[in-house]
Amino acid sequence: MTELQAVLPEAILTGLACLTLMVDVFRRPGAVALTFWSAVLSVLVVLIAVATLFPPGMTTYFHGTFVLDPMAAVLKTFLLVVVLFSFFYARDYLQRHGEDQSVFFILALFATLGMMVLISAHSLLTIYLGLELLSLSLYAMVAMDRDSKAASEAAMKYFVLGALASGMLLYGMSMLYGVSGTLDLSELAQRTSGAEANLLFTFGLVFVLIGIAFKLGVAPFHMWVPDVYEGAPTPVTLFLGSAPKLAAFAMAIRVLADGLGGLHESWQDMLILLAVLSMAIGNIVAIAQTNIKRMLAYSTISHMGFLLLGIIAANAIGYAASMFYVIVYAITSMGAFAAIILLSSAGHESDQLSDFTGLAKRSPWMAFIMLVLMFSLAGVPPFAGFWAKWFVLKELVGAGEAWLAAVAVFFSLIGAYYYLRVIKLMYFDEPTGALPALTGSEDARLVFSVNGLAVLVLGFLPGTLMSVCLGAMLVGTG
Amino acid sequence: MPADFSILSLTIWLPIVGGLWVIFAGRRVHDSAVRKDALLFSVLTLLLSALLWHRFDNSAVELQFVERLPWIEAFGIEYFIGIDGIALPLILLTTFTTVLVVLAGWVVIKDRLSLYMGSFLILEGLMIGVFSALDAILFYIFWEAMLIPMFLIIGIWGGPRRVYATIKFFLYTLMGSLFMLVALLYIHNKGGSFAIFAMHETALTLIEQQWIFVAFLLAFAVKIPMWPVHTWLPDAHVEAPTGGSVVLAAIMLKMGGYGFVRFSLPIAPDASASFDGLMIALSLIAIVYIGFVALAQSDMKKLIAYSSISHMGFVTLGLFVVFQVASATGEWQQAAMGIEGGMVQMISHGFISAAMFLCVGVMYDRVHSREIGDYGGVANTMPVFAGFMMLFAMANAGLPGTSGFVGEFLVILTAFKANVWYAFLAALTLILGAAYTLWMYKRVIFGAVSNPAVAQLTDINGREKLMLSALAVMVMLFGIWPAPLFDMMHVSVEQLVNHISQSKLR
Repeated sequence: MTELQAVLPEAILTGLACLTLMVDVFRRPGAVALTFWSAVLSVLVVLIAVATLFPPGMTTYFHGTFVLDPMAAVLKTFLLVVVLFSFFYARDYLQRHGEDQSVFFILALFATLGMMVLISAHSLLTIYLGLELLSLSLYAMVAMDRDSKAASEAAMKYFVLGALASGMLLYGMSMLYGVSGTLDLSELAQRTSGAEANLLFTFGLVFVLIGIAFKLGVAPFHMWVPDVYEGAPTPVTLFLGSAPKLAAFAMAIRVLADGLGGLHESWQDMLILLAVLSMAIGNIVAIAQTNIKRMLAYSTISHMGFLLLGIIAANAIGYAASMFYVIVYAITSMGAFAAIILLSSAGHESDQLSDFTGLAKRSPWMAFIMLVLMFSLAGVPPFAGFWAKWFVLKELVGAGEAWLAAVAVFFSLIGAYYYLRVIKLMYFDEPTGALPALTGSEDARLVFSVNGLAVLVLGFLPGTLMSVCLGAMLVGTG
Repeated sequence: MPADFSILSLTIWLPIVGGLWVIFAGRRVHDSAVRKDALLFSVLTLLLSALLWHRFDNSAVELQFVERLPWIEAFGIEYFIGIDGIALPLILLTTFTTVLVVLAGWVVIKDRLSLYMGSFLILEGLMIGVFSALDAILFYIFWEAMLIPMFLIIGIWGGPRRVYATIKFFLYTLMGSLFMLVALLYIHNKGGSFAIFAMHETALTLIEQQWIFVAFLLAFAVKIPMWPVHTWLPDAHVEAPTGGSVVLAAIMLKMGGYGFVRFSLPIAPDASASFDGLMIALSLIAIVYIGFVALAQSDMKKLIAYSSISHMGFVTLGLFVVFQVASATGEWQQAAMGIEGGMVQMISHGFISAAMFLCVGVMYDRVHSREIGDYGGVANTMPVFAGFMMLFAMANAGLPGTSGFVGEFLVILTAFKANVWYAFLAALTLILGAAYTLWMYKRVIFGAVSNPAVAQLTDINGREKLMLSALAVMVMLFGIWPAPLFDMMHVSVEQLVNHISQSKLR
């Protein structure tokens, strides 16, 4: 594979994103369809490119700054699928709310480009490049709704804290560069493995880890998550809460496993702290929420904590478990946010828990899908979320951290309560007052059904995806 | 052989598929069609399980109806099912009870009938799955998935405090099972297999066994339930619709006992032996203390719920007294009787508690009260019903000639060999059980009619007669002639006892 072929998907996406930007100029005001289809086609083309260029092993390009390995290809595939789904949900929302915000699709394409670069980054600089392209697009997306004060506040908060985290990350990277004299992750790995533990390495690691933790949204760097999730328009929250998690996971693996694998004894302890704190704060605080977007934000925090547990195992199978977890999580949480979009109507965001009251009578099918998603998030079999937790727990026990597994299941138990509460509202309570009829468009409802059924099918047949994750990790990290 | 091959799978999946069919087709058809479909599926499943029994070889040591297919090959998880003499009676109990439950909800349930019937059918399939799974992960999936329909059943069709009760039920059970999952993963990590019978052979040190035992204990003690983690049961029973109470009492509680027999005892025999004092103490507390608690209840369903806990204490007593019997008499065959007694007690309690809850349901459907004080003199208006309930109340009190006597007697007899005081305390239940059951019976059925609602009661109709007679036959049959039950389980229990008599610490 030539260097040009290796970056072909990214190159195509850059071109098509710019093209979509031009197409957007020619659309009729008030109609987002043209931009939407242009964006959907762009993603589909890139998806085909990623699939056809599936690499057999790990190769680096452009002087070791860009890597193509099975892990990158798998994550990119799922990333693009998630982005594609989120476009359909977003169109439904924008149409129903009469919002003329075609900019969503354009910014999302650029964010996707950033995520793809981040997933394939093999140098500290490429990581930073991808991360900033992603973050800047996300800041703008959160602020997309100019007239909403909450959105502006959220965007501001996100931007300030995000800039701070980027600064931390850069600072850490500069320390790593200072000690090792290289930006390349493979070379960094050589310098850190077996060498005398250099205090500056550890310092650099701490700052880089803060950057990663911020992007994943794990405690104690989670402060932005609830506010941004709540303040942003729901399709932006959906986008923000699903796809970037895949990229952030890739970043964590690239930096911690590929680059700083030699320091794993240091970062394992740090990750344990982050993971336990996240699971505790996320699961406990989520109980007190009345806004479902906020509740899901805290649920995200706890899930990202759980995700870190797989990385703590510090072996390829553990990483595979985390990869499986993040993919399942992205699909499931996307569905949960989509339910909020489908419930909303013009002028009514329906982001309160009470909006779900009596849903089982208003729309039994939608309530059923939501039930599947909630049980999956709670980790109850036979849904996909169970296998995600199972896989991580298995690797954790295998790594001799059975006590950590016990802590994790304890917090999952607490977490189960607030997911059950959503089901309680949908199934056990009678609808109060006149809730607006469901007006979701046919195609958005279809996508939602596919989304929910994917969680169900993955629950019955998780083996294939597990094997894919295992294969990707066993090749990628040797 | 091919005919044998899929009967067990069919018994598991027919009700699940049927349940989904009832739920998703049910919205478009009339309720009477939903009822007929549900009854059809439950009866077909009962017939299938009868076929299982018919083809079951009582004398075979090995597992029967085994099906083994790879499922998640990367981790060696298999679709591995099969039954032995311990699982079969529980499967028969499940299929039998589900037919009754469908009948019990026949006209009573008016809201979302298709979802109600569908949930029970799916629940039935999952419960059969629990009893037949031979792969630990498959077992775990059935075990937890079972919570979902039950959660909905209590939450949607339950009483006024249903939400509290159902969430408490769900979280309590989930708590136990999650720790069990960690324990299962640990054993897999040691032994490298998820097959339950391979786990039986996995070598474990005493400390490991003790931790594993505690994790299993959390799961199974909640389910049985044992004192002091029993508090979800009265709430769940009181709030659940009649069908839900019946399934909870008749089958779900048995899963805890089944779990002890299938997991705790054979996987951690040395830990079981080292913790047997604790287990016996908890069982005796359940039998005696909870018996007194039952005496103080004014709500009929709560009373029966507490009596269930007390009766299930016999199961755990029978299972864990074996170690002391073996060391006192030096003979493991003597001890086997304790396990058999516990098993018989489980089956018998399944029939009796189902019958008691159905009886309360029959009265509740008419008067809409579960308070003992609201009744009195029911015998005047419902003489046939009073006759049926008399039989079940006597069985609940452990009257010889009913199935309630057999299990309790065997357990007490075994406990006697270990320690006279165990037997004495356990035998107190014959007094306490008679006291709370018959006192309730007296207050509800006899006396003068004080409540005008009771004066207008109509006696049970054909459907209710059918349900209660079926149970009455079972209660009397196994009381007088329990041999078929013993024949079915004897070989398997013997094998289990052989297994646990060998220490893993060699």
